[in-house]
Amino acid sequence: MSTPGDPDKAASVCYVRVVIKADHPTSLLQVRGLTKSFGGAQALKGVDFDVRAGEVHCVLGQNGAGKSTLIKTLSGAHQPDKGEFVWQGQPVTITDPVAALNLGIATMYQELDVVDGLSIAENIFLGHENSAGGVVRRRATNNAARDLMTRLGHGDLSPTREVGTLSPANKQIVAMARALSHDIKLMIMDEPSAVLDSEEVNNLFRVVKDLTTQGIAVIYISHRLEEIKRVGDRITVLKDGRSQAAGLPAQTTPTRELISLMTGTDMEHVFPPRVAVADDAPVLLEVEGLAAAGVFSGVSLSVRAGEVVGLAGLVGSGRSEILETIYGERRATAGTVTLSGKVLKPGSVSAAVQNDMGLSPEERKSQGLMLEEPIYRNATLSTFTRFARGPLLDEAAERAATREQMTALELRPAEPDRITRTLSGGNQQKIMLARWLIHGTKVLLLDEPTRGVDVGARMEIYALIRDLAAKGTAIVVVSSEIDEVLGLADRVLVISDGGVVAQKASTEIDEHGVLDLVMKGSAA
Amino acid sequence: MSEPTTTNAADANPADRSAVTQNAAKRFFASPAGRSIGLIIALLVLVVVGAITAGDNFMNLNNLLVILRSASVIGVVAIGVTFVITAGGIDLSVGSVLGLTSVLASLGAIQTAASGFWPLMVFVAIAGGVLAGLVNGMIIAYGSVVAFMATLAMLVAARGIAELVSQRKTQIVDNQGFLNFFRSDLLGISWVVWIFAIVAALAWFLLNRTTFGRRTVAIGGNATAARLAGVNVKRHTVYLYMLSGSTAGIAATMLLSRTTAGTSTHGQLYELDAIAAVVVGGTLLVGGRGTIGGTVLGVVLFSTLTNVFIQNNLSTSVQLVAKGIIIVAAVLLQQRFANREVSAKASP
Repeated sequence: MSTPGDPDKAASVCYVRVVIKADHPTSLLQVRGLTKSFGGAQALKGVDFDVRAGEVHCVLGQNGAGKSTLIKTLSGAHQPDKGEFVWQGQPVTITDPVAALNLGIATMYQELDVVDGLSIAENIFLGHENSAGGVVRRRATNNAARDLMTRLGHGDLSPTREVGTLSPANKQIVAMARALSHDIKLMIMDEPSAVLDSEEVNNLFRVVKDLTTQGIAVIYISHRLEEIKRVGDRITVLKDGRSQAAGLPAQTTPTRELISLMTGTDMEHVFPPRVAVADDAPVLLEVEGLAAAGVFSGVSLSVRAGEVVGLAGLVGSGRSEILETIYGERRATAGTVTLSGKVLKPGSVSAAVQNDMGLSPEERKSQGLMLEEPIYRNATLSTFTRFARGPLLDEAAERAATREQMTALELRPAEPDRITRTLSGGNQQKIMLARWLIHGTKVLLLDEPTRGVDVGARMEIYALIRDLAAKGTAIVVVSSEIDEVLGLADRVLVISDGGVVAQKASTEIDEHGVLDLVMKGSAA
Repeated sequence: MSEPTTTNAADANPADRSAVTQNAAKRFFASPAGRSIGLIIALLVLVVVGAITAGDNFMNLNNLLVILRSASVIGVVAIGVTFVITAGGIDLSVGSVLGLTSVLASLGAIQTAASGFWPLMVFVAIAGGVLAGLVNGMIIAYGSVVAFMATLAMLVAARGIAELVSQRKTQIVDNQGFLNFFRSDLLGISWVVWIFAIVAALAWFLLNRTTFGRRTVAIGGNATAARLAGVNVKRHTVYLYMLSGSTAGIAATMLLSRTTAGTSTHGQLYELDAIAAVVVGGTLLVGGRGTIGGTVLGVVLFSTLTNVFIQNNLSTSVQLVAKGIIIVAAVLLQQRFANREVSAKASP
């Protein structure tokens, strides 16, 4: 996908910038010539950047660019092979996560490491409990926890509340409070917005700003360019384990330049052009008055062959549940789902699949893929009985069909026997699409088709979705990124509080319009 | 500060080469033969120990057949359990079900009815096992009871039913057709061993070459993904426990022929031996990966261990300790490989 543009030039650019910044008086952390390899694979090939006190320093890069390895080296989980850290002017080695915390570096990982069974206060002070002779001082702990939560704008959450009952966004706040319970100067956040919807992202950004006004620096890892523009002060771009550019001003660097630094290509049009749906295209999916008690109700929609319909709404609005109910994974309490004129048996995924409907679920890893199995077994999971002669598997045919799809989807190398875990997020998503391409579905439901997928692969997936529609598939897309829904879909249903509040052609509404409708929660 | 580009070009080649050798090693250990290599080595070590300490008493064809014969009953049970564990489940009831079906098949009435056609006893045992498995499977799949508890309940209840049916008496097998068949050999090898071999071969085929096997692995690998791809997970779960019940039934007839008596106490703790053999063999306890060959090796390993101890007149207590050590060592090895996969994944 990405052709290395001009490495020498990029490297020298980075070199020059580093020299300039190195003399900056307020550098909190300087990273110099960091390299790290695992066995034969070199994950970091030379990373240089510096972080100033009180700034939001964004680290941008595609999947596999080395972001995770960089974080793990900074947090002491990995030791670098070469290079040095200069912390407040002193060269330091970070031997383990405890050493990082003692320096004042806290890390908030993408997989939130909170303990569901413990209370908010217990989570915050996990590992450094305030105790006397082994007995926890509950009141002091709770008060301290309340103070920290208040500092993060969530004083309303009781410190004794069990963390398992919190939303992902609030769990994140707890993880942040835990970091703050140590005396920290630098907080590393690894894709903190991945599990949040736009409203919660706003709150997160507010918290980030608060932290920086308290003088705490934040390293913010993400691949969402819009966010970085909103929250970041400076940007370091990683590509193939190297800092391609360091310390770019977030506000003034054009998006195009960032994309080209990340990918080596210059992409102007993010979404592929829509193809007008013929007026006489048959309706393939017809949903009438669908409801699931207590979750959503009165959902009606119809999708014609070649049409892409998007469901836009916040996390918890019922978007994903609507898809699951259409698919039969969740039992409808009212309403019908009709596929090509045939009413589906409610609550039966098998019936949906037999009638050529497919779902690419929200959580690719936990709901979609057998990660330890070869690619071809994932690609043919819904069709292996069709390839089989009676009860006997025909793995050769399965491999051939998979290889064909992998080639068509530009998934290289086209090795159907590779273990699925070893693929990047974007390629795993392509396997999900390949599954339904092999099946030949008439209706495809896509829940978060680009979650955890980097910019380059994102474009490819958008193009694939459009391609499928052009070939006559009826597609329903759910995404927490509203611009993605608007860019992909022909028609958008705005979902709020378990109901459809508006239905519009996606050319007639923009992101603000959708958010307005969601906030009002009333029909326009 | 050096130019990153130059440093990289200098050490790129050796890095690549070490990556290649590492990949070859990784691929070998990831292959079915590679995963069993530890087991094969352990077996070889045990054979060497046996040969040194017991000499010709150990190293002769007859003793080999003794080892295989004693491995057969638990082996057939373990093969059924392999399927259940591969699909991410567990079946604790197999020992009790074995006891129950041994009682059912050796009931006076059944033996009389089978006087002209002894395989009827085998059918009764298998049918009893399938029925018990059906109950297990329905409770687990449609009642959403965790497999551990559902089969634990069956473990207790089946033993009770066996006592009720047999009135706690030992039922002597006097069906001559049945006894004659199991006493006869084929090519000098006991039928009990042949049945083990045939069940193992069929099971290997079922797990690796059929849609049934693919469903089993898929459910163990990711049950949600399998369900969302249209696999009928509940129905298949029921089939799996029926399969494991049926192998317990087959094992019951083998044990009947060896002991010439059916009793409710047959098969006690067999579930633990079976699970130990399955896991030592390399089937993942969390599901998603199963190996029939590994299970057979695991059973033979334990059987050889027992044989070596008997040959050397060592107490069974010492034997139990050795067995425990083998189980822990095998699981530790499995985890080492699992960890290696994880860190390889983490590398970016």
